[in-house]
Amino acid sequence: MEPKIEDVSIRIRHRKTDVENIVFTTFNTLIMITLCVVMLYPMLNTLAISFNDGLDTVRGGVYLWPRIFTLQNYRVVLKMDTIYDAFVISVLKMIITVVTNLFFTSMLAYTISRKEYVLRKPITTIFVLTMYFNAGLIPNYLLIKSLGMINTFAAYWVPNIISAFNLIVLRTYIKTIPESFVESARIDGAKEFRIFFQIILPLCVPTMATIALFVAVGSWNSWFDTLIYNSGKQYLSTLQYELQKLLASAMNAGNRTPAATGADAAAAAGGKNTTTPQGIRAAITIVTAVPILVVYPFLQRYFVTGLAIGGVKE
Amino acid sequence: MSKTLAPTTGKKGFWSTVFAQRELVIMSVPILLYKILFSYVPIVGWTMAFQNYKPAIRSIWKQKWVGFDNFVKLFTGLNGERFIRDIVNTLGQSVLTLATGYIFAITLALLLNEIRSTKFKRIVQNISYMPHFLSWIIVTGMVSVMLSVPTSGGIINDILMRFNLIKEPIMFLAEPKYFWGIVAGSHLWKELGWNTIIYLAAMTAIDPTLYEAAVMDGANRYQKMLYITLPGIKATIVVLMIMSIGMILEAGFEIQYFLGNGLVVDRSETIDIFVLTFGLQMGNYSLATVAGIFKTVVSIFLISTANFISGKLGEEKLI
Repeated sequence: MEPKIEDVSIRIRHRKTDVENIVFTTFNTLIMITLCVVMLYPMLNTLAISFNDGLDTVRGGVYLWPRIFTLQNYRVVLKMDTIYDAFVISVLKMIITVVTNLFFTSMLAYTISRKEYVLRKPITTIFVLTMYFNAGLIPNYLLIKSLGMINTFAAYWVPNIISAFNLIVLRTYIKTIPESFVESARIDGAKEFRIFFQIILPLCVPTMATIALFVAVGSWNSWFDTLIYNSGKQYLSTLQYELQKLLASAMNAGNRTPAATGADAAAAAGGKNTTTPQGIRAAITIVTAVPILVVYPFLQRYFVTGLAIGGVKE
Repeated sequence: MSKTLAPTTGKKGFWSTVFAQRELVIMSVPILLYKILFSYVPIVGWTMAFQNYKPAIRSIWKQKWVGFDNFVKLFTGLNGERFIRDIVNTLGQSVLTLATGYIFAITLALLLNEIRSTKFKRIVQNISYMPHFLSWIIVTGMVSVMLSVPTSGGIINDILMRFNLIKEPIMFLAEPKYFWGIVAGSHLWKELGWNTIIYLAAMTAIDPTLYEAAVMDGANRYQKMLYITLPGIKATIVVLMIMSIGMILEAGFEIQYFLGNGLVVDRSETIDIFVLTFGLQMGNYSLATVAGIFKTVVSIFLISTANFISGKLGEEKLI
């Protein structure tokens, strides 16, 4: 008799947990869907507005889909010389920063991963400390100025060739590579630089990909360096900075009236005057955001592991 | 005897080791010098704090020395009122941002961890990471649209009005009382998904047998979350919280720079904006530098404290 009673109680318990599970899963799924909607809506809305007729957008009520489809916003944006130049500068800035940063960070990470290296400790300390203090805006500006880098392309990448955080991440990773790889190469007579370049570097690709992503995103998204160092030369302007100028002027002009801006004038010159600052802004936002959003799914399988390594210091 | 001799041989050994390791030295020392130039040399600029710095005079050593005058100026009179207001704003915004950030990220990580379908989980994760990759310029642009009046695409007013919660649209960006919330909310939208990564990574390290044992003992889903998953990521949470103590004066300046305006300046201006306004717009390098030094010194003090607490709690030291 006893086993039967137990059976029944187990069955009841199971049924109870089943119901609980269904309720929980339903709620959880609903929460996740809400989350996705909240995350996606502003982006999709911007996309819709960028493809919608400017004057129609001002009437309001454009949510996820353009009501009157047009490519006019993009036509105007892509015809603006400033945007085209800024795009080229942004791309160059990103590529040069990523390449130099990866090279210097990985080379230094290799040297401080060598246990026998006498300067390992002081170098590590000097770099780690920089994660916690900053001389400040004005002293940094004066340094760049005294180095003669104001209004030069160098101001974009020279100050950013290495970051302490990425250095530690990479060093931690290199330490997990078995010592025997390095030793056998050394026995074969390989010099340090060759060991680094031919043995360590290829093994670091997953972590390097993560760092490349971080550096690329940081470089692409930065605008402050343009503002304080290079705002004096239009040809050095970046996409983010152009977008920022446009947003600032739109905000000053007031959001609700389609004020006449440079963009409008450009549209008028193009013939059809159907663009508004709202539409132009949306189109530039998409042009600025898309390159990063397109690249990141390819790198994302790396960054989760990369972040996990970064969490484990020393 | 040999012990007393050790230091000299050690020193001799040092230089010969340096020579023996010259390849490593060549690979690292130039980068080290670079870092010293770019991160340590600018500290010389802190002398501006003790001068009445005039950008027109080229040399930093030919400026007029004024002792601690600038420090007094920063904390007294009109500047003082403004600066103390900015400290309050910085602390308020960053504490609100950190608190909401932690609560939501941990909750989301717990909920994501309960999703059985890997495909659905991956989709949700990928979508929630996306805003992290957008620049603050784009994010604040979107925020200002979302918070505007319905005809300008202000979805929040749109929803509130549809549900008859309000009659007239709220001018979110024109009322000071909303500003801290807007800062925290923008951070939440941008970083929520991204912040779950580290917790989810910590959750994968939890021993699965613990869950099996709990099921045997009749634990339900909530009990498992509360008594196994949450304690399992406790160490991560503690380390991150301690690390964020040092970041408490970093409220970010981009949201405030882009969304702050004359109407809300009382609640929007932070220390960073103060530095920016005095330094770049007014050309008062000295006062801007003093404010910057104040921020750095407080941060270093907080980090040392955090490091000490971390050591006391038996956690990993941060430095």
